[in-house]
Amino acid sequence: MNHTPDRSIVVLAGGISHERDVSLRSGRRVADSLSEHGIGVVLKDPDAHLLDYLQSTRPDVVWPALHGASGEDGALRDLLELLGIPYVGSRPDAARLAWDKPTAKAIVARAGVATPRSLSLPRETFRELGTNSVLALIADEFPVPVVVKPARGGSAQGVSIVTDPAELPRAMVDAYTYCDVALIERRVIGTEIAVSVIDSGDGPVALPAVEIEPVSGVYSFEARYNAGETNFYTPARLSDEIAAAAAEAAIRAHGALGMRHLSRIDLIVDASGTPWFLEANVLPGLTETSLLPLALEAAGHDLGWVYEALADAAIREANA
Amino acid sequence: MTSHGSTPSGTGTNLDPWYHHYADRAAGLSTSEVRALFAVASRPEVVSLAGGMPFVSALPSELIRSSFDRVMTDSGPQALQYGSGQGTPVLREQILEIMALEGIHGSVDDVVVTTGSQQGLDLVTKLFINPGDVVLAEAPSYVGAIGVFRSYQAEISHVALDDSGLVPEALRERIAELRADGKSIKFLYTIPNFHNPAGVTLSRERRLEILEICRDNGILVLEDNPYGLLYFDAPPPRAMRSVEEDGVVYLGSFSKTLAPGFRIGWVLAPHAIKEKLILANESAILSPSSFSQFVVSEYLCTADWKAQIDTFRGVYRERRDAMLSALGEHLPELSWTNPNGGFYVWVTLPEELDSKAMLPRAVKELVAYTPGTAFFANGSGRRFMRLSFCYPTSDTIRLGIRRLATVINGELDLVNAFAPTGHIATMTQNQTFSAPPPNMS
Repeated sequence: MNHTPDRSIVVLAGGISHERDVSLRSGRRVADSLSEHGIGVVLKDPDAHLLDYLQSTRPDVVWPALHGASGEDGALRDLLELLGIPYVGSRPDAARLAWDKPTAKAIVARAGVATPRSLSLPRETFRELGTNSVLALIADEFPVPVVVKPARGGSAQGVSIVTDPAELPRAMVDAYTYCDVALIERRVIGTEIAVSVIDSGDGPVALPAVEIEPVSGVYSFEARYNAGETNFYTPARLSDEIAAAAAEAAIRAHGALGMRHLSRIDLIVDASGTPWFLEANVLPGLTETSLLPLALEAAGHDLGWVYEALADAAIREANA
Repeated sequence: MTSHGSTPSGTGTNLDPWYHHYADRAAGLSTSEVRALFAVASRPEVVSLAGGMPFVSALPSELIRSSFDRVMTDSGPQALQYGSGQGTPVLREQILEIMALEGIHGSVDDVVVTTGSQQGLDLVTKLFINPGDVVLAEAPSYVGAIGVFRSYQAEISHVALDDSGLVPEALRERIAELRADGKSIKFLYTIPNFHNPAGVTLSRERRLEILEICRDNGILVLEDNPYGLLYFDAPPPRAMRSVEEDGVVYLGSFSKTLAPGFRIGWVLAPHAIKEKLILANESAILSPSSFSQFVVSEYLCTADWKAQIDTFRGVYRERRDAMLSALGEHLPELSWTNPNGGFYVWVTLPEELDSKAMLPRAVKELVAYTPGTAFFANGSGRRFMRLSFCYPTSDTIRLGIRRLATVINGELDLVNAFAPTGHIATMTQNQTFSAPPPNMS
């Protein structure tokens, strides 16, 4: 691994998305990990002065720790491309594909990875075709339990697990509060795992799967960001064969979506051992309770070293 | 937990090795989705009608600075030292002068200076509440008080409030119900003036009646009065403590009439309670900040602090007017309270709306408010929201209300689209008390 000495890194965190708070935590942890390696890091909250700042200071690389829209929808990455400043993570087109859950599911399914049957509906559909008839069709075709979630977004915000058909309208309203398109997905019962994928220049590598066992039974926002509310098993309690299948599914999803440097692929392994793709994360959580750092540490990696290697990979690729 | 085939055992962790060691009273001390959303409110693009932050920019900064300088020049060694657990005698004398404006007369010996009145609230609760004891509080009540009561494992029993404040008849009935259930009621917590969050003021007649009910039932009254001097049109009725000494513990604060950064509040308590408060205060913090007390005293000596409160009244009156007129213009179908002082307007939404569920849409539209659920211990209050007019300028308030109208109309449109399918049931998994951060309280 080639390391670039004395580079300047700007870590972006915050923003105005619903996940601002999570992003601030992720950014601080990335910045701290890099600083521990003696790297000069500037932590910036994107605002109206950001582009001027980047143009005038020309950092060697930007490390986006921005969750939610703008950080993960490809927009900011497009602007960094225009500025000609290297950045860590997926390029804009790949970010767009992964950020939109229904699109990501379709692409990953085409690549041969199982994904639960689903339906994505803009809210206008209900107005045009009548709420009752649309809901009735959903109830017929998607018997409970189903998962209803915003088509774009993270941290389980606006996500509901519907176990009673009477809860479906409320779940739709909750999802639409975050996004104008909602995804209704058959709920696969099984072992919830996250497989993080890292590529610092030598090809994508799947880290050990992290198994998620929320105390409440639901991996909600609260279960994600309150230490103690979820039990994590790394590696996941899967047979070698199934763990390998999960890793392969994650690598395949990462590749099919054209993702770069890092991603987290969320899967559920059913009773037969099939890993089902749920979603891909352009910028996985990097907080103290997040899954990618857990997987890195379980694999014996130093966080700062990996974050630095990814920054170096971004610089090398920009100069290639 | 499902496992498959031959399962190598992974290393399990919940990321908090002390998770099972926490005391029961720590239950509920966790971050939440709603609390996380408030992080966006600090961004300049967002009009925050959520926070309860005083407009400290209206303070004469030169006078404050010179107070700091004089304290360091004249009393540096004392100001930087530990002090008395009761607070400095000079400041306590000055506090008596302030309370006299609201008809309160007491002894300087019965004042205990605290780290904001919030700490006074904590100390009083610590002294009186055993797990399961009942605290009576208005419905809705101050979110910071609910947090304190919960942390001492009190059972919070809300009592109805209307445009004239706490309803005496409802109080009588609630006491009877609780007594019939064998409950131990320790005190009534009330904010009589410009209530947070409801914005209403307890009428004079009701103050007397409520004092009588509590006296008859042996229930202590905890009167929290941070906003009393910030009236707009006419002063509120005299403090409850001005007519009842033995049965009222009074909480006062410099946070709204001067600045919250000093973290100086006080408790005026009957003598025996005061003695325990001093010991409890020393046990908790040794002594309130000497430096802050010295600076506040210096400011009170040298500044025309009454004129400064007049300035605050003028600023907040103008902002209240801006908010009420914008509500009338953009959201005429809603109802709201009409505060004669303080910081807050309490808005009632159409029955089908849920202010907590709607908050993400508001954040997307760059406006923030505090959902009504924050002000009820049982997670109810979804039809209400608290709007603050204290911090944003009048123009910003008008912009915020315009955005809020877009949010509410959009949400109504959405909810009504699903309403024909039956009641939009609230998801039970979201029914938890979630306190906003301090600058939002």
